[in-house]
Amino acid sequence: MNSRVTINGINIIVKGEKTILAVCREAGIHIPTLCHDERLEPYGGCRLCLVEIKGTARPLAACTTPVQDGMEISTESETLTRLRRTTLSLILSNHPGDCMCCEKAGDCDLQELAYMYNIEPGEFAGEKWDLPVREDNPFITYEPNKCILCARCARICNEVVMAETIAITGRGFYAMPDTAFRKARSLENCEFCGQCVSACPTGALTDRKGRGRGRSLGMKKVKTTCSYCGTGCNFYLNVKDNRVVKVTSDYDAPVNKGNLCIKGRYGYDFIHSPDRIKTPLIKRDGVFHEATWDEALELTAKKFKELVEKHGPEKVGGFSSSRCTNEENYLLSKWVRCAIGSNNVDNCARV
Amino acid sequence: MDVLFLFGSNPTEAHPIISLRIKEALRKGAKLVVGDPRKTWMAKHADVWLNLKPGSNIALINGLIRVILENGWENRDFISRRTEGFEELKAKGWEYDLERVEILTGVARERIIEAARLYSHAGNAMIVYGLGVVEHSTGTENAMAIANLALVCGQIGRPSTGIMALRGQNNVQGASDLGPLPATLPGYQPVADGKAREKFEKAWNVRISPKAGLKSVEMLDECSKGNFKGLFILGEDPAQTDPDLHHIWKALDSVEFLVVQDIFLTETTRFADVILPGASFAEKDGTFTNGERRVQRVRKAVEPLAGMAEWQVISRLSTLMGYPMQYNHPSEIMDEIASLVPIYGGISYARIEKEGIQWPCPTKDHPGTTTLYTDLFSRPGGLAKFVALDHQGSGEVPDEHYPLVLITGRIREHYNNGSMTRRSSGIAEIAPEELIEISPEDAETLNVTSGDLVKVSSRRGEVSVKAKVTNRSQAGNVFMTFHHRNVLTNILTSGHRDPLAGTPEYKACAVRIEKL
Repeated sequence: MNSRVTINGINIIVKGEKTILAVCREAGIHIPTLCHDERLEPYGGCRLCLVEIKGTARPLAACTTPVQDGMEISTESETLTRLRRTTLSLILSNHPGDCMCCEKAGDCDLQELAYMYNIEPGEFAGEKWDLPVREDNPFITYEPNKCILCARCARICNEVVMAETIAITGRGFYAMPDTAFRKARSLENCEFCGQCVSACPTGALTDRKGRGRGRSLGMKKVKTTCSYCGTGCNFYLNVKDNRVVKVTSDYDAPVNKGNLCIKGRYGYDFIHSPDRIKTPLIKRDGVFHEATWDEALELTAKKFKELVEKHGPEKVGGFSSSRCTNEENYLLSKWVRCAIGSNNVDNCARV
Repeated sequence: MDVLFLFGSNPTEAHPIISLRIKEALRKGAKLVVGDPRKTWMAKHADVWLNLKPGSNIALINGLIRVILENGWENRDFISRRTEGFEELKAKGWEYDLERVEILTGVARERIIEAARLYSHAGNAMIVYGLGVVEHSTGTENAMAIANLALVCGQIGRPSTGIMALRGQNNVQGASDLGPLPATLPGYQPVADGKAREKFEKAWNVRISPKAGLKSVEMLDECSKGNFKGLFILGEDPAQTDPDLHHIWKALDSVEFLVVQDIFLTETTRFADVILPGASFAEKDGTFTNGERRVQRVRKAVEPLAGMAEWQVISRLSTLMGYPMQYNHPSEIMDEIASLVPIYGGISYARIEKEGIQWPCPTKDHPGTTTLYTDLFSRPGGLAKFVALDHQGSGEVPDEHYPLVLITGRIREHYNNGSMTRRSSGIAEIAPEELIEISPEDAETLNVTSGDLVKVSSRRGEVSVKAKVTNRSQAGNVFMTFHHRNVLTNILTSGHRDPLAGTPEYKACAVRIEKL
């Protein structure tokens, strides 16, 4: 069913049931949010996405309000700006002002909104959290002082991953996301998928392995496809100084929509492992010796040619690899069929 | 009501992101049926868990079909319009009354009836299967049995129905699509087909042998007999991941000249005469094709560590052997593929720059194909054919000497031979070692508790490993992965294979456990 709405004076036709936020995002109209994540159910927690609807007494949260036919919506007004500024000031009243050395600076939704709404720190005085940084596992660093209680971490852990590792614990000022009984994360209570990190809008949850290795803005981000299982998840390799230092989500990926597992998000160090084979190796008298590409490939070509001449192409063949690219698989099969002359070529699909 | 039937697949461990999609469906109210000998996360959350004995897949599915036919729950319209051979299937199904199926599978009849009811009554039902179906000596027939079930209920050819085979490796789909198969040229065009050969002979300027080659397992068999002389292994570690390792080691030792290209030294590189450095996925441009046939870009983020990626190495090697290959970029190879492989005919790097395309994509303006078999199946005449199948059981079954069934597979933290994940910091810390999963019942009989070191032996050899007592294993079954080089699980696995596909029986071999 279609409905017609007006947003900031522009007429828009909406197909099906959608929230005001979804319609605005599709139309390119910016509405600030902190608790919203496309992967999660609407939450209505941060109150930054408030919009005004003609005929409604008070502003409503765009993320939880479905559009209705005939709605006249304003996403910007003096009142809305005042309300958003107050909300942001309240959040910042219990937030460390250490952006200059925060891992998330430059990629932080809260920092960006504070800048956009020109929030002066210290508008509201009061008690502040002063909790230690938690690094009780190899993958996820938790700085509770930077938590804004949007609950995205707890929601993605329970709604999407269904791992039930973290929930909002405590009440009132002492409420915060945590594991049961504040136990350290281990395989007993956590999958280490890092979904919570990918959902966190501030520096409260960060990838421990990438900390101090460079901030978001200084990274070359290369979109690629995961090399583990056959699901085909996309993500960004974050590269600095010719080294992959982190993997971050691609929220537009058709298959995984920003979701990743432990291997996809944290299984990348092998790329720069000191154990990598760096040069060709030739075995002589049972011992491997380093060789140049020319030496190794000339020897390989010569031996294969000799074997084909002596025993026929039916006695020579190759295994291709499901780990390699399509192009490489095509070439290996072409090499066996054209340069060797047999059909003795297979890949690891059957084993 | 929508139904998901998960068969022989443990996606929360082996395909975590697919498992998120399944969990999403469950939250939206879909019913879940799980066929698995292990009590996986999905089995625990299932509406019906069919806890079958390893190797009894066909008996179970025949039992489901019998229940469906007995109650008149089959989709007669679909069967008459789109299939043939139904009478044979019906006759075969009739031989599998639930009394017999209970004995063969160990699954209680109430569960079988409920699963049959859910699947056949679903608006949309999808079967998702994994290596638990195919890594059996009857693997191909197990997959055919699944097709029988889907066809009986007409649950195929529409979105959110059909049969999805979860692919274990990043590009196992693409590797099969693009030529490295002994009986088919790229795009599944048979080498025995003169027309297909002619097309490739013209493009490649070479004569192609009409004789199908050997499968990988057959090449290794020939190696061990001394009949095979030269082998190039690209990015694979059969000396750790193939079954019955003593046989594999003998084969790799016997071949006259072995070249292995890999990014790390592995069990297999030990046997090589020449080792060539490989480039990781972060070091090259290219494409992978995922389990839903989506061709997606792989992009170079850093330079190849040893200076060349595999496509460059193969080109140089081929040129040195007198068959010149000259490509400036992998996109040129994809253009050549598109010109020769109809299912990839419309794929180019420009088109998949933003988002991958699902094949078949025959032309440059074709959007790709999300759902197969909407009108016709890929057989002459377009009808699907039922195949009447019988229970055969595993190649090796437990006996008094080897009383337990060993099932092998993966855990979430590691991947195959572990060469990549064991070198990823953090993963090596949290999952440092191999553990054999033993049921509480068997642990009691064996007087074993978690952490105890045990010796696991089969007819082919033995390994020592720490025990983990868990109700993920049912009594009579134990589970191990093959991720760790210091516990080579595949010393134990058997040489039984599917006679059609050559796939080894990784999912069932008989073992004995002794506490050390």
